[in-house]
Formats: sequence, structure tokens, C-alpha cells
Amino acid sequence: MREIYFDNASTTIVSPAAAETVFRVMREDYGNPSSMHAKGVRAEKYVKGAAETIAKILKVAPNEIYFTSGGTEANNWALIGGARANKRAGNKIITTQMEHPAVSEPLKMLEKEGFEIVRIPVDESGRIDMGMLENELDENVILISMMYVNNEIGAVTPVEEIGRLKKRKAPGALYHVDAIQAFGKYRIFPREAGIDMLSVSGHKLHGPKGTGFLYKSDKAKVLPLIYGGGQMASLRSGTENVPGIAGLGVAAAEAYTDFDEKIAHIRTLRNRMVAGLSDMENVVVHGMPGEEGAPHIVNAAFIGVGSEVLLHTLEERGIYVSAGSACSTHKRSGSPTLTAIGAAKEEMSSSVRFSFSELNTEDEVDETLRVLEEVLPMLRRYRRR
Amino acid sequence: MYNSFLIKYGEIGLKGDNRHIFEDALAKRIRTVLTRIDGDFEVRKTRGRIYVFCSGDWNFDETVDRLSHVFGIVGICPVVIYDSCDIEQLREHMVEYLNEEHPDCTSTFKVKARRVDKEYPLTSMEVDAELGEAILMANPKMKVDVHNPEIVFDVEIREEIYIYSKVIPGPGGMPVGTAGRAMLLLSGGIDSPVAGWMVAKRGVTIDAVYFHAPPYTSDRAKQKVVDLAKIIAQYTGPIRLHIVNFTDIQLYIYDQCPHEELTIIMRRYMMRIAEHFAAENGDMGLVTGESIGQVASQTMHSLLCTNAVCELPVYRPLIGFDKNDIVDISRRIGAYDTSILPYEDCCTIFVAKHPVTKPQLKIIERSETKLKEKIEELMATAIETAELVIAK
Repeated sequence: MREIYFDNASTTIVSPAAAETVFRVMREDYGNPSSMHAKGVRAEKYVKGAAETIAKILKVAPNEIYFTSGGTEANNWALIGGARANKRAGNKIITTQMEHPAVSEPLKMLEKEGFEIVRIPVDESGRIDMGMLENELDENVILISMMYVNNEIGAVTPVEEIGRLKKRKAPGALYHVDAIQAFGKYRIFPREAGIDMLSVSGHKLHGPKGTGFLYKSDKAKVLPLIYGGGQMASLRSGTENVPGIAGLGVAAAEAYTDFDEKIAHIRTLRNRMVAGLSDMENVVVHGMPGEEGAPHIVNAAFIGVGSEVLLHTLEERGIYVSAGSACSTHKRSGSPTLTAIGAAKEEMSSSVRFSFSELNTEDEVDETLRVLEEVLPMLRRYRRR
Repeated sequence: MYNSFLIKYGEIGLKGDNRHIFEDALAKRIRTVLTRIDGDFEVRKTRGRIYVFCSGDWNFDETVDRLSHVFGIVGICPVVIYDSCDIEQLREHMVEYLNEEHPDCTSTFKVKARRVDKEYPLTSMEVDAELGEAILMANPKMKVDVHNPEIVFDVEIREEIYIYSKVIPGPGGMPVGTAGRAMLLLSGGIDSPVAGWMVAKRGVTIDAVYFHAPPYTSDRAKQKVVDLAKIIAQYTGPIRLHIVNFTDIQLYIYDQCPHEELTIIMRRYMMRIAEHFAAENGDMGLVTGESIGQVASQTMHSLLCTNAVCELPVYRPLIGFDKNDIVDISRRIGAYDTSILPYEDCCTIFVAKHPVTKPQLKIIERSETKLKEKIEELMATAIETAELVIAK
């Protein structure tokens, strides 16, 4: 059975070049970058090389790239380290209502520590309320955290516009952007956009799991989260994951090679999927329409079908997707994003996410649409009454 | 300081001429569970007692944990064994034992010596007096109380001298394999693993059957049931778990029968399939986790309807238990954290908003006639395609 992998927003297959690099570093250049001997020097070169590659993509300095264990650590560090380092300047942190738990949970923790967290609401497409954001921005704000591309529905936040607004209304605040679903899909230039910190994860762009980085502007005052041997300028201790970092560097470079063609291709897939879904009855597509939304994410509710049931049905036919919000008789809390956009209960329990990479094809989209047409009537016939 | 365990078994002692069968089964089970951990263990039956002698690279906590999973054991006493010696030396051992095991103790106590080796120069009572005095001299804060002592120092004088004073409770019950086999209807919930555990505790060997309904239930739900079977198998030994794909039968019932009767009819077919596998395994009964009135399918009326299809006796060890009591046992046997993982199980996916709570057997039977065209074939397929997992 052929495999159609439409869950690229969860994770991606590692590219052959990244995988080969990881293997080579593990077997040949396995030194510790902190060692004084030649093996250490060679290992260090991989770390420096990856930082340089990424810095070039972001148009920043290599010493502003701090490798982490992934996106969650980058977000935690930016928020917790940023808030604690600046608590004398103020108490207010601004974010949105549709953040990933890797942002919303550390913020909840900071809220318990006494910080005031303001969560800007979003409309039914996931657009944030810019008016309210502008009103909330004042001299008491120390930190702003925005999700560039929403992981569930692909809504895109105007991070550059917010950067300008921030410069005008709260110039002293740190501006963090969670770019975990955006890096590799958008050209991002933090300096131009006034972004002080940017979180990225490696495994979303055909890099290895357990890799990622935080871009942190030289000027941004942030306390470390992890203390130890003083690696990464003492801001992120721990022996560098050299194979992973090297793989991440390769994957990042690949992501921005033939960039426009790849993004155009992914967007074609998305548009084709959305068009096909729009022709179906009782299907609600979430998120922003057309060019406004992210190129790789489609979220749709199949009214009357449990998302998990649809997921397993597609899985039986070799199609891998993600259940937007898993709902069962044993209630789990609904998805934060779908809640934030005010999706109806029956949409929440029937939502499925399709997410693409440049390795997917139009045929795969057509096949998936065909399978959906085939299974949906059966699934709708058998349901809890 | 310990180097062996005295295994206390309660009920087995009551069995008359069959007693050795139970003791042998218990000793065998103890040997089996101890082969899975590091260390050398000798399990010896002597005059109505079972001793476990430990040597090599063994760990106390791990050994006690293994032993506390063996049905039939009422108490596990850690024992220190000394070479046979005169009373002066024995007094020193007693004090050493006291300081090690009951430091800074202020409890009341008595010494209970048993002279198995009648060659020993002192009588049991003389040994009691000598050692009691030694304890009092070593720790004047302790007091003798021969009627209600807080600590009893057991001293057995054999070829060697055994001292013990602590009892770690075992699960009780009867050794597995001494009371036939039964087929457990295992779901991913809290109740059925407890029911299986309780029946196994009476010495019954357990087989199990689980019904899943892909794509309505996930592989994770199935894995959870396998994991639960493994947890129960720590007590019972390996469990033959039959995994039956129930989807087509369920959908067929859904199509043909009144929706509010779905669960009852489904359960009747589960019982029938369970009986098939029970016959295959030589099981003498079915076991379910039902408890009166817990859900619609467990009212007296519903139980009558599901029971009606069974030829084997159906054992429902939880029938009079409240949910809280079941949860307590589930926690104690280590199944709870797995049981509460939130995966859909096949009984609930199509459950009606208002299922019948007082189904009438005649009406249910009439509804089932609507299934006659295809149900035999679907059952045969379900049985044929069932997967067998040995959970251990």
C-alpha cells in the first residue's frame, strides 16, 4: 500500500543529506566541541557552520543563534528567561489566545509567579485583534510573544506589522516570535521586523528531532534556563548536540534552496485540497483563505464524523493526518486554537488537519479527496445517535 | 542483613489431604516469579513452611515486590539465619538483630522461640527468657508484654537459627493453577482487570478476550488492553489474550436493530464469541467486571439478557462492589494508571443517548432475529480473524 504522509506539521521525514550528515558526525567527527584537541575543533566547526548557515538565512550574526533541544525549549527559554531578566522594567506580557502549549504553558507558569498575561483574542479565521493589541501596548509591557504560523489551522499573524507597532508603543519590550511552523515556509528577517527572539524547531523542516534554536538578538536581555558548563556563551549550557545541529544546518539550507518553487508547489497542494473540500457537503474549512494562510496547513471539520475515527479510517488506507482535536466519551479538553476561533462543538470534534511538504504530490491530494468521498458517507451513517 | 524469607500461607494450611498440591503449586509459582530477577534463590518446603533462601546478586525490594505478586502468600517474613550456636552467642545475635531492625525502639515485645532441634540444650521457654533479658538489657526502653506485644521476635532453632519479626503482607488467595481456567472479558476499563485479578486470586488460570472496533477504536486502545493483560499476568502468569475485530458485527447490529438496544445485543454477541474461545481453551466459566446498576447494560434486567446466551457460568466478582471499592483494588494491583488512559473502547462508540435500562429478553431476542441473514457468517469471520497475544 502506498503511503501518503499529510502530517508534516507534526513532523517531517529527515532529508537524506541531513541524515547522512548526522550519521557521519556520529561516527567520524564525534568529538566534544569543548575539547582542546583536533577532534574537538572539528566538531566545533559543525556547530559554527550550522550557525553561519542559519544566520545567513535570517540575515543576523552567527553568535545570535543558540542551539536548543527543540522548539519547546526555545519558547520556554525566550519567555521565562526574557520575563525574569526584565521584571524590573515592568510586569505585563502580551500574547494571543491561540498559542501552542509550548508558549501558553510557560506563560501560565509566569502568571503564577505574578506576571500579568494579556491574551489577545482572534477572529474566526485566526486574525488577531490589532486594535486591542495596540491598546494593550504600553510602557509596562516587557514581553510580547506571537505565533507566526498557527500549527492547527495555518493562520498567519502579521509579525512585521506588530514589530513596527511595538517599536512605536512599547519600544523597551522584548518581542518573541514562535516561528516553529513558519521557518522554512517564509523568509524571515528578525532585524528588519524588530524581532528580538525567534524560536525554530529542526524536525518540522526535514531535520532531526531534538534539534532547534533560538535566535536572540545581541541586545536582548535574557537569563539562561539551563546552567552548567558555559556552552553557547553561558546562555545555554550542555554539550552541544553536534550531529543534530549539523543535520539541522543542512536541513535549513535545503529549506531555502529553490525556496519559491517549493512554496509555490506546497501552496498548489493546499489550494487543491481546499478546493476539493469546499465541494463536499458538510465540510467546514478553518483558517485563512487563499494566499493569506500558511502554504502547508489545511484544517477542516467533517461534520458528523469523529476526527479520530476519520483519522484511523484514512490510516487504514495509508493516509496519515492529524486529528485537530481528539474528542471521545472520556472528554479531553478541546483544541486551544479551535476554541479561540470560536469553532462550534461539532466542528471541534470532527476536525482533521492535513499538512504538506514539498515531497507531496497533486496525485496524493486527489487520492485523498477520492478516499474521503468514499468513506465519508459510511462514516456518517454510523454515528452516535 | 536478611538472607531469606519465610513465606506464610493462610488458607492452604486448611486443605486436608490435598494440601501438598497447593503447597507444591505455591512453591512452583514462587520459583517462577523469582527466575525473572537477578540473584540465586532456593525455594524449600519444610514441615508446613516454605522458605526462600537468597544468595548471589539479589535485591531485597525487588524480591519482596515479586513475592507480593504471588497468590497464596499471606505474609512475607524477612529472616536472618545464623549458624547454630550456644545461648551466649545467640544473645549477641539477638541484640545485633534488634539494633539493626528496630533501632531506638520503645515498643512492647515478646520472644517466641521454637526448638525444632530437640538436641538444643535449652527449652523454648528458657530461650524466650534468655533472649528477652538480652533485649531488655540492650534497650531498657522496651517492655515485655506477652499478651499483646507490638513486636514478636520469632526464633526458630533448627540446624541453624532463624530470627524474624516483620511481616510484609502478601496478596492472599490461592496459588494460580490450582482451580481450573476461566475466560475473562477484558476491556480497557477499570473493572474488568480487577475482576480477572480477583478470580485469579482464587487459584484460577485466566484467559482473556478483547473486542476492538477499528477504525472506531485505535491501535493505542488495543495496546492499552495488552498492557493491562500484562499487568494482571504479573500475578497470574502468562495470559492468552484473544483480540477480536468486532466492527462488522457492531455495524450490522447498528443497521438492523433498534438503536437503544445496541449495547445489550452487542454484549450478547460478545458473550457468544467469548464462549467459543472459552471452549477452545478448556475454560470452565466466563468472568466479567459487571457490577449491578453501574451502567445501563449492567442493570439486573440487562444482566439477565446478556446472561441468557451463555452456557458456561458467568462469574462477576465485582457484582456488589461500588466503583470506589473497585478503584481502590485497581490502584493496589497497579492497573489503575493504565486503565484511565483516555482511549475510546468499542462499547461506547455508538452508545445511544438513552439506552434501554430495563430490556426484556423476549424483545431483545425478537430484535436479534433481524440479524439472522448475516450474523453467523460475521461471527465466524470475527473468530477466524482473531489475533492471539500471549501477555506476560
